[in-house]
Amino acid sequence: MKARRVLAWALGLLGLALLCAAGWAAFAPIRLASRDQLFEIPKGTWARRMAGDKVEILPDRIDLTLGLNDTLLLRNLDEVPQQFGPVLIMPGQSFRLPFEAASTYSFACSAHASGQMSVVVSEHPAPGLPALRWRWRYWQEQWTMRDKG
Amino acid sequence: MKRRQWAALALAGLLAPWARAAAPALKAGVFEPPQPAPELALQGSDGAPLQLARFRGKVVALVFGFTHCPEVCPTTLATLAQARKALGAAASGVQVVYVTVDPERDDAQSIRRYLGAFDPSFVGGTGSREALAAVYKRYGVTAEKVPLPQGHYAVNHSTPVYLIDREGRLRAMMPYGRTAKDFAHDFQQLLAAK
Repeated sequence: MKARRVLAWALGLLGLALLCAAGWAAFAPIRLASRDQLFEIPKGTWARRMAGDKVEILPDRIDLTLGLNDTLLLRNLDEVPQQFGPVLIMPGQSFRLPFEAASTYSFACSAHASGQMSVVVSEHPAPGLPALRWRWRYWQEQWTMRDKG
Repeated sequence: MKRRQWAALALAGLLAPWARAAAPALKAGVFEPPQPAPELALQGSDGAPLQLARFRGKVVALVFGFTHCPEVCPTTLATLAQARKALGAAASGVQVVYVTVDPERDDAQSIRRYLGAFDPSFVGGTGSREALAAVYKRYGVTAEKVPLPQGHYAVNHSTPVYLIDREGRLRAMMPYGRTAKDFAHDFQQLLAAK
C-alpha cells in the first residue's frame, strides 16, 4: 500500500516536471548563441575531391528562422577558391547572407544532383505551441548533427 | 516615474529577448574579408573598352545576362534602375555594368539599345568567348545554352548582382529577387563607406 502511494507520488512529480519543462520550452524566450547558420569547407576538400571522394557540405535544403538563425554563413577554409552554393568564395574568405523575409529561396548549385539548393526561411515562432515545436525540431537537428560528428 | 512608465519599462524588459537584434549593415550577402573584384577586359556597349578600373570611385553593380532573357534580366535591370532613381543625386555614384552570357546574339549595339530601355547610364559588355569565359570563371558565374524549338535557344545563367565598392573590391552579392529598396539601401551604405 505504501509502495503504491510512493509510486503515485513519483509519477505525479515526474508529470509535473514534464509539464514544467514543456511550459518553459513553450513560453521562455528562445535564445541562440549566434544568428549565423554556419557551413564550412574544411581544409583539404579540393584534394579529397581530386582523389575521387564525394564531398558534400551543403544540404539540398537549409532551414532558417527569422530572428533566431536567419543568416547563412559560408566559410572556405580550403586552399583553393570554392563554388559554395551560389557563390565563389576565395580561400580564407567567408560569405554572410542575411534573410529578412520568410520565404523559400532557390539558388543554382552545381554541387547538388538537382542543380538547386533551397533556403527555407520561417517566421519567428510565437510563444506557445509554435515555440515548443521549433525547440523540438532544433533539438532533433542538434542530436542528428552530434551523431554525425 | 509614473506607474505607467514603470509598467512599460518592465514590459519592454520582458519582451526584449523576443525582439530581433540590430539589422546587418548590408542587405546583400557580404564577403569577408573583401578582395579586389576580378577585372574585366571586354568591349563596352558605349564604344570604349570595358574595365572596372574605369569606374573606380563609384559603386558598381555587376550583372550577368542576355538581351533575349524573358524574365530574370528585365526584372533585375528594372529593379536596379528603380534603385538608382531612389538615390536622387547620389545615383551618379552608382554604375550598373551588364555583361552578356550570349555573345553570339549580343553585340555592343544591341546591348546598348537594350540597356537604354531601362536606364541610359547602364553600360554593357561583350567580347570573345574566351574573354567572357575567363570573366565567368573568376566570378563563379554559370551560363548554359538551352535549345528551344525552331532553332532558337535560351541561356540559363547565374542571377545574382555583384556589388563592388568604390575601391574596386568585391564586397557583396545580392541574390535575385531582392527589392529596389534593398539595392538603394546597400548603394547608400557603400557610397558612405570609406
